[in-house]
Amino acid sequence: MSESPTVPLTTADGVPLKTSLRRAVRRSKVKAFLLVSPLLLFLVIAFVMPIFDMLWRSVDNPEVSSTLPRTVAALEGWDGESIPGEPVFAALVEDLRVGQEARNLGLLSSRLNYEKSGMRSAISRTARRVGSLEPPYRESLIGLNEAWGELDTWKLIKRESSPYTVSYYLAAVDRQLTPDGEIVKVPEYLQIHATLFWRTFWMSAVITAMTLVLGYPIAFLLANLPLRHSNLLMILVLLPFWTSLLVRTTTWIAILQSQGVLNDMMVAIGVIADEARWQMIHNKLGTIIAMTHILLPFMILPLYSVMKTIPPSYMRAARSLGGRPFLSFRRVYFPLTIPGIAAGGILVFILSIGYYITPALVGGQSGRFITNYIAYHMQTSLNWGLAAAIASILLFVVIVFYWIFNRLIGVDKVKLG
Amino acid sequence: MTQTLEAEPRTQDAVSDDTCFARFTNVQKSYDGVELVVKDFNLDIRKGEFVTLLGPSGSGKTTCLMMMAGFETPTHGEILLKGNPISGLPPHKRGIGMVFQNYALFPHMTVAENLAFPLEVRHLSKEEIKQKVQRALAMVRLENFGDRRPAQLSGGQQQRVALARALVFEPELVLMDEPLGALDKNLREEMQYEIKRIHASLGVTMIYVTHDQTEALTMSDRIAVFNDGIVQQLATPDALYEEPENAFVAYFIGENNRLQGEVVERVGDACSVRLDSGEMVSAKPVAVGGVGSRTTLSLRPERVSIVRNGETSFDNRFTAKVQEVIYLGDHLRTRLAVCGNEEFIIKTPNAEGHSALRPGQEIEIGWSRADCRALDA
Repeated sequence: MSESPTVPLTTADGVPLKTSLRRAVRRSKVKAFLLVSPLLLFLVIAFVMPIFDMLWRSVDNPEVSSTLPRTVAALEGWDGESIPGEPVFAALVEDLRVGQEARNLGLLSSRLNYEKSGMRSAISRTARRVGSLEPPYRESLIGLNEAWGELDTWKLIKRESSPYTVSYYLAAVDRQLTPDGEIVKVPEYLQIHATLFWRTFWMSAVITAMTLVLGYPIAFLLANLPLRHSNLLMILVLLPFWTSLLVRTTTWIAILQSQGVLNDMMVAIGVIADEARWQMIHNKLGTIIAMTHILLPFMILPLYSVMKTIPPSYMRAARSLGGRPFLSFRRVYFPLTIPGIAAGGILVFILSIGYYITPALVGGQSGRFITNYIAYHMQTSLNWGLAAAIASILLFVVIVFYWIFNRLIGVDKVKLG
Repeated sequence: MTQTLEAEPRTQDAVSDDTCFARFTNVQKSYDGVELVVKDFNLDIRKGEFVTLLGPSGSGKTTCLMMMAGFETPTHGEILLKGNPISGLPPHKRGIGMVFQNYALFPHMTVAENLAFPLEVRHLSKEEIKQKVQRALAMVRLENFGDRRPAQLSGGQQQRVALARALVFEPELVLMDEPLGALDKNLREEMQYEIKRIHASLGVTMIYVTHDQTEALTMSDRIAVFNDGIVQQLATPDALYEEPENAFVAYFIGENNRLQGEVVERVGDACSVRLDSGEMVSAKPVAVGGVGSRTTLSLRPERVSIVRNGETSFDNRFTAKVQEVIYLGDHLRTRLAVCGNEEFIIKTPNAEGHSALRPGQEIEIGWSRADCRALDA
């Protein structure tokens, strides 16, 4: 066609080409969408919505504003310098009376107790007597529980009256807000999360390094052995995927425990004394051994997929050009496998920092991960806000690693075969 | 070592020991212990020579090259380089340049870094490396491409870089494993001349592996034709084409017409062969037994003439029926049915005055005895 490019192209009957094309592909687009829609729906319900729910819970703070609406309203004009006046106390008594009748003070009392210990008992005791209280409420409340006579209590109620809070995030990294709004570390005996975060990261790094050291030669063999042998090897690599994670983890307990297979064997051949059996499980070592084993395929497969694309002639060329075997490996082969190392590394590391069941079973006290504390806050302490905040931090860390990886290497390099 | 070798009979045109640069002696290679890929390979290569190993795939030619480079170990026999056995030497100590089929340029290095690699591992000074790399790039006419990555080059340019890299550390022997296989036809011809030019100007010894006979014929000083793990014939290109010593070489190099028959008489430089279809042909005995033995007659299409005006100078004259005429511009390819062979090809130049042949036409053809070689059956 010799038309100038400014004239829009049309089909033979005068319909603009773009419209015509859109119409032609619409059917196949609709078909494609319908094919993926069950999975899409499933992902939205089971994956996307829970994540947003989690992110929401990590900052959601409804307890004070919904349970103590009158008190919050009465505190509006409070200067924050001294104990508030009678109207605020009257409003609190009314709120507690309503709350006691509706039996919904439990959430409030635990929420405030996270921030200031003693608040749970202050609220529950006051609420039980709230029907028999006589004005002036200021004096009678302070008489009932001295917490109401403390300036910090009122500052706390005022602060937590906002519908959003950062205090869960602060708690997740062992920080808290003082009544004056400063961020400080929690007392040392309560510091647990930062240590666990740190432990989770360095142990994941060690596990990643171990899988790399153990997986690199296997991946090399897989990529370079004759097909007959490499198929067998590949089956061996994939075998763990067909075995339950629980079975693999508990097998390690059977092998590593102090009355376990390995210790018994060592005692039998006289390497160690019966009294001096090795402690290899229910500690950091157990977690590292079991998780290295479980995550090994996730390192091997991306490495293999990269190594498979490196023709053997590169190493031959390097050798024929005069490079000693190790130098040829270091200068030619190894640099070409870096995308595989990075892909396997990021995969294992990300899986590892989010691992729950294995550290829970073989980690004991010292080998636990931060995920075990998420579970603890979900199931035992019932502090879902804190659990959500810890989980959100993990999610954020994963996203950051992922972003860095994508910038440096490219996500398309992560292939499993 | 040399003493015992001299005592052994040298099969193919022997090169005297002082001019012999590389030598394969009774080399055998087996991968599985059941089958020999290379059966009994003997080859002497003179200094500065361009020798081609030519053969169909699976004939063992690449294996021989890999044994010379050190990537495969001979199962039996010895390879000598400048008189010294090299079987014990690892590849990086042999100092042999090699060009691979897929070039094997290191994709994570620039062209200049690729070329610098063999110099760096030899611990040359930075200044020297820079000079040599520039000189090598100039030799393959890629002076301005030093900073590019191999992926940014065309196939022909990559080929030149691979060549430059194999030559930059000034090896005395360069091996090439089907280096032009991945290039299109025009580029391949251009690179053939390029390689020839470089070979002539540097005087290095080259061993070249290919399955392309045209490539082998245009480039080589000598060609070793491989089949079935053995060298069928080692000769100069013209000798190989003009005087093939067995049926495989005749069939593999160039086009040829084959006629099967039995020797009925053999006198000196001539023999009479009765074809399976009954005709008698006078041929030149090359690789054939006595009276009664089976033979394949080999005849180049361009050596067959159309007989006109009652010419009588041919030793053999037959009547043929034209089956098909293919127009090829500069010449015509005509398929004939003659002596029971329906695939008999003749080539006639597309010259003025040649009457066009038509399918179904009966013509008379003839050829001389010397062009009709009686080979093994």
